[in-house]
Amino acid sequence: MQLKKMRLGEAKRYVADRLHCSLLDLTDSTVMRTLREELDIGVVTGAPGIAKGLEAKARIAELLDVRINCVERLKRKTGIPVRSL
Amino acid sequence: MTPDEVRRDVLEGSAAAAAKAKIPALDENECEYIVDMMCSPSRIWGVERGHEAVMSKDGGTNTLISSRLSCGVAAPIGREAAVRLFETAFAFDTMEVGHLDYSVKPSKFIVSVKQEHMELLQHTTILPLFYGFMPNLGLYYQPDGSYPNPSDLLPMGKIEEARRAQEEALEVCQADVMWQSKMMIGTGADALNYDTVASTGDAEFLAALRATEEITSTTDLPVQVSMASEMVLGFHGQLEYRGTRLAGLWPHQQMKLAEAAGASIFGPVVNNNSRKSCAWNIARAVTFVKACTTDAKIPIHANVGGGVGGVPMCEVSPLDIVTRASAAMIEVGKADGL
Repeated sequence: MQLKKMRLGEAKRYVADRLHCSLLDLTDSTVMRTLREELDIGVVTGAPGIAKGLEAKARIAELLDVRINCVERLKRKTGIPVRSL
Repeated sequence: MTPDEVRRDVLEGSAAAAAKAKIPALDENECEYIVDMMCSPSRIWGVERGHEAVMSKDGGTNTLISSRLSCGVAAPIGREAAVRLFETAFAFDTMEVGHLDYSVKPSKFIVSVKQEHMELLQHTTILPLFYGFMPNLGLYYQPDGSYPNPSDLLPMGKIEEARRAQEEALEVCQADVMWQSKMMIGTGADALNYDTVASTGDAEFLAALRATEEITSTTDLPVQVSMASEMVLGFHGQLEYRGTRLAGLWPHQQMKLAEAAGASIFGPVVNNNSRKSCAWNIARAVTFVKACTTDAKIPIHANVGGGVGGVPMCEVSPLDIVTRASAAMIEVGKADGL
């Protein structure tokens, strides 16, 4: 969200709201590991079945309602409708 | 050092920054935070829970695959594996694809390789992936480039010739920066990082600002502008961007121009004084960064590393100072990231 020019506080509040978690939860690796698995947006460890790479980014783009360039490229390449600017 | 000596250095370091750049010095509480931090016997220092910030990167994967040139460990792995390790093993928030020879002039010839790396890595990584390079205007001057070198002309008193050389070289550098940036359109790159901006002074800063304006206004690529030093050296002395003379600008002034040019993130640099203590250098660096963050509308990612941001220049950066400088940048300097 900082790439969208949000300062840190605003970026954290935005993400916490979209993920329905608290600000403190965002930096709790135990909470986030579980949340990321529930939301299927990728985790740092190698866990089969959990979204990886572009799959996870596509889900993150939807969850956060942001336009992510590589996800838009995937849509262009595969014919899926792109998100408008 | 005794606690009183540490306190003296913290106060003097902050006052030094305030006097140079005409910015506020740190207040009493902020100074005491730094004093307590520097006097603590703890090996490692950190931010309070909930105050964690975001990390961005420069130099791509050079830390892993390069040599001591980049404080690298010469790991026998490819660039793609290195990026994956930064994401999962080191838990970086963002990462970069970049050429080993990180300047735009040498890297533009192999940009197709970098495009391929970016496209492939976007499939297998989740973190925001930047494409990074340095404008490095110095490579456009003789003997590396074709333009007369201002460093040779200025001592001879050939000031006008030096200015003309810089004006001509910066146009070419700017064109190269824009060209290389546009090569990343369509690869899925999440952002660009223009690194060590103004390393050769005001001409390079102008080239980077103009390129930032062009790229952010005509493409969907966000740009991070990361500086080379705390003050823009006036090798030319008369160049302006949007009516502001570039020579002599301090970080809080550089930030305003980067913001105006459309940058998404600004990375200020504060140089270390190796004749002073770490306490002095950290206090000074944090004072400069705090002046940036106070007025910034975009995120500020302070440069903290070898020789900048309060960290001494060592091949293996001392952990106690790296963690202290980093925490101070966030807790006192209010940086949005590092």
